[in-house]
Amino acid sequence: MASASTTEPTRRDMLYIATGAAAAVGVGAAVWPLISQMNPDASTLALASTEVDISSIPEGGILTVKWRGKPVFVRHRTAKEIADVQAVKVDTLPDPQADSARVKKPEWLVVVGVCTHLGCVPLGHQGAHDGWFCPCHGSDYDASGRIRSGPAPRNLEVPAYTFVSDTKIQIG
Amino acid sequence: MSGHSTYVPSSAIGRWFESRLPIMGLMHSSFVAYPVPRNLNYWWTFGAILSFMLVAQIVTGIILVMHYTPHVDYAFNSIEHIMRDVNWGWMIRYAHANGASMFFVAVYIHMLRGLYYGSYKAPREVLWILGVIIYLLMMATGFMGYVLPWGQMSFWGATVITNLFSAIPLVGDAITTWLWGGYSVDNPTLNRFFSLHYLLPFMIAAVVGLHVWALHVVGQNNPAGVEVKNIERDTIPFTPYATLKDAFGLVLFLIFYSWFIFYTPNFLGHADNYIEANPLVTPAHIVPEWYYLPFYAILRAIPSKLGGVVAMFGAIAILAFLPWLDTSRVKSAAFRPVYKVFFWVFVMACLGLGYLGSQPPDGGYVIAARILTAYYFGFFIIIMPLLGLFEKTKPVPATIADAVLAKNGATASAH
Amino acid sequence: MVRTTKISLAVAALAGALSFSSIAMAADPHAAPTPDRQSWTFGGPFGKFDQAQLQRGFKVYREVCANCHSMSRVAIRTLADEGGPQFSDAQVKALAAEYKVKDGPNDSGEMFERAGRPSDKFPSPFANPEAARASLGAAPPDLSVIAKARSYSRGFPMFLLDAVIQYQEHGADYIYALLNGYTDANDPNWNAYFPGHKIGMAKPIDNGAVEYTDGSPATLQQYAKDVSAFLMWTAEPKLEERKKTGLRVMIFLLILAGLVYFTKKKVWANVQH
Repeated sequence: MASASTTEPTRRDMLYIATGAAAAVGVGAAVWPLISQMNPDASTLALASTEVDISSIPEGGILTVKWRGKPVFVRHRTAKEIADVQAVKVDTLPDPQADSARVKKPEWLVVVGVCTHLGCVPLGHQGAHDGWFCPCHGSDYDASGRIRSGPAPRNLEVPAYTFVSDTKIQIG
Repeated sequence: MSGHSTYVPSSAIGRWFESRLPIMGLMHSSFVAYPVPRNLNYWWTFGAILSFMLVAQIVTGIILVMHYTPHVDYAFNSIEHIMRDVNWGWMIRYAHANGASMFFVAVYIHMLRGLYYGSYKAPREVLWILGVIIYLLMMATGFMGYVLPWGQMSFWGATVITNLFSAIPLVGDAITTWLWGGYSVDNPTLNRFFSLHYLLPFMIAAVVGLHVWALHVVGQNNPAGVEVKNIERDTIPFTPYATLKDAFGLVLFLIFYSWFIFYTPNFLGHADNYIEANPLVTPAHIVPEWYYLPFYAILRAIPSKLGGVVAMFGAIAILAFLPWLDTSRVKSAAFRPVYKVFFWVFVMACLGLGYLGSQPPDGGYVIAARILTAYYFGFFIIIMPLLGLFEKTKPVPATIADAVLAKNGATASAH
Repeated sequence: MVRTTKISLAVAALAGALSFSSIAMAADPHAAPTPDRQSWTFGGPFGKFDQAQLQRGFKVYREVCANCHSMSRVAIRTLADEGGPQFSDAQVKALAAEYKVKDGPNDSGEMFERAGRPSDKFPSPFANPEAARASLGAAPPDLSVIAKARSYSRGFPMFLLDAVIQYQEHGADYIYALLNGYTDANDPNWNAYFPGHKIGMAKPIDNGAVEYTDGSPATLQQYAKDVSAFLMWTAEPKLEERKKTGLRVMIFLLILAGLVYFTKKKVWANVQH
């Protein structure tokens, strides 16, 4: 509207400001749904919890289940593994956290199987601590899913979960 | 006519950029300084409305593709998923489905305006033919888009329309099989229609670019139908005058459009398209989308398969020859009293054909469709050439400025 | 002279159009009666569903329709959604658990049945349409969008006026009329409103078939009304949101139109056009 040839209307005119403002509001309101549609839809949000039967996991075994499109590791830890991870001095860790803060029952560890570095899936029972080892960039996790060495900044995430019964957990 | 831009950016960076890529100057000369006849009426806002609709359809369409699944087993359900689960999905889908109809409403008004004011006449023949090409591409796009929800009308509409090609002698069946990618409309057909439905709008956008380019070379026609002779006296700059007028026209059009999206979203659709496609059951009446109905009526009016198909495509193709069929030296119907009457009868004939296209093809309907089809072609082939030779036209103003003065003087004296 | 030509041509064209439509009236062979227009709470620009009616309609659907008809595009969880029957989350969870849902494969590769969850779609009474046809003689249509998939012709010019008066409930009216249309006591498959009058679905419901707990009359008419409303909701679950958004959009656009109009007028004031 800033045409050099039109001298009559001035930009300060209230009518022009109101019209421009209303048009801007309209464009904003129309654009919002076009952006919001990319957020998770109602059916995706409704599937956000899953039940897992853990009775068949042997001691030392890891079950991988899919939750929200990502792998979740359910690890039935041995007495030795529990003792090892509990013996670690917490303040020496890159992301200090006690094992007891990461489990509901010591023999069951539930973590999201996504490396906190750049999102690869770490391999179980590998690495220096026999926890997980990420093949992408060499992040090494212990049997509590805590980062011990490598580029990952944080421990493997513990999802929200509850024990529905002794043999069943609900994730999410 | 559009002239060279005298645009000089105010900032040093702007000048640096402009001397390397003069895009701001192009925008300025096309949409700011571009001289517009001062006597344009609101029928001329439909060009801007159509540009808006093209963008709206492309944007909503790209979004729908994010949630749609082009497969015979999932297409119908994915539409329901959009309507039920996707955030604002119902609104975006209704905006797109009704947007197609609005696009055609606007294009028909745009075309009839051209027909009324003689906008196809020299020097605007290429501009007009580009418009006919856009219209054809729109028809193809709309048809393939209607197939995607994979309802009963999608399926049977696709079956009937693709079968039109089987009327071609010798190679017809081979062409139909090729179009289908099989022996009937099926998953390969759905997938290719989806691909092309996504592609064609961008081709439309490209031809629209040419259409606007051609427009800016020859300049706009106007209700007086006389060419610009003096830029100072006859025209005004596009911005702010035409932009604001277009904006007002667009907002009114948006009210009309929103009525359909929010209050009667399924009025322009067909109930049968909420039944998933079933190749074993044909609906009682197969009806195309409303914007094809006049041509569908012409197709059914001719009692021969090949003849009907030829007539239907001919009805569109004939538009391209309009600049040479009209022999009148006067452009605007404002000064052609007899043409004006034939024009309005033509409009009614098109509406009548549209109504007949939606009715079952029997009895009085077929006879009526034949009469109106004869008028449709007669209007172009007989009336237009002869009328130009024999019609007594009213005196045409010498310039646009004279036309404006005459009109304002007349209203002043009437008061 | 010109004006008279114009008028006479217009009159001729109008007369032509009228005679076509009268031919149409006389020649229509599928003369099933037109369903009566009911009054619905969800009609018109401010329409809203009646929550209690949807809950009753769901009961009718569940106890009667669902024995034969699938509704496979509707998720159980949506019963708790705003603008729907709005059962509580706990009610929906309990309701869902009453359904048996096929799931799998499990670790040993087998499909198994489990209790339903709110995120499940309503399970179908038959595994596929062929099984339904084998058992019932014809496959009953899915009810998910049935209220939008059924309509009837209102004829010229009413079909044009419907856009203006916002009459959009043809489907619900048709379903209501159909359920009340079993008027031949000797033939349970005769229906006044079904095109051709021979309907595959024998009279599905009668007075007293479903027990209402909110004091509404347990009559066929009430059942038909409630289940038609319910099916309108399953077909158009965002109806309330749509009309509410529409009102805001319309108010905004009218204000914007006024602003743009006066701006335009002001700018053009100094130009002869």
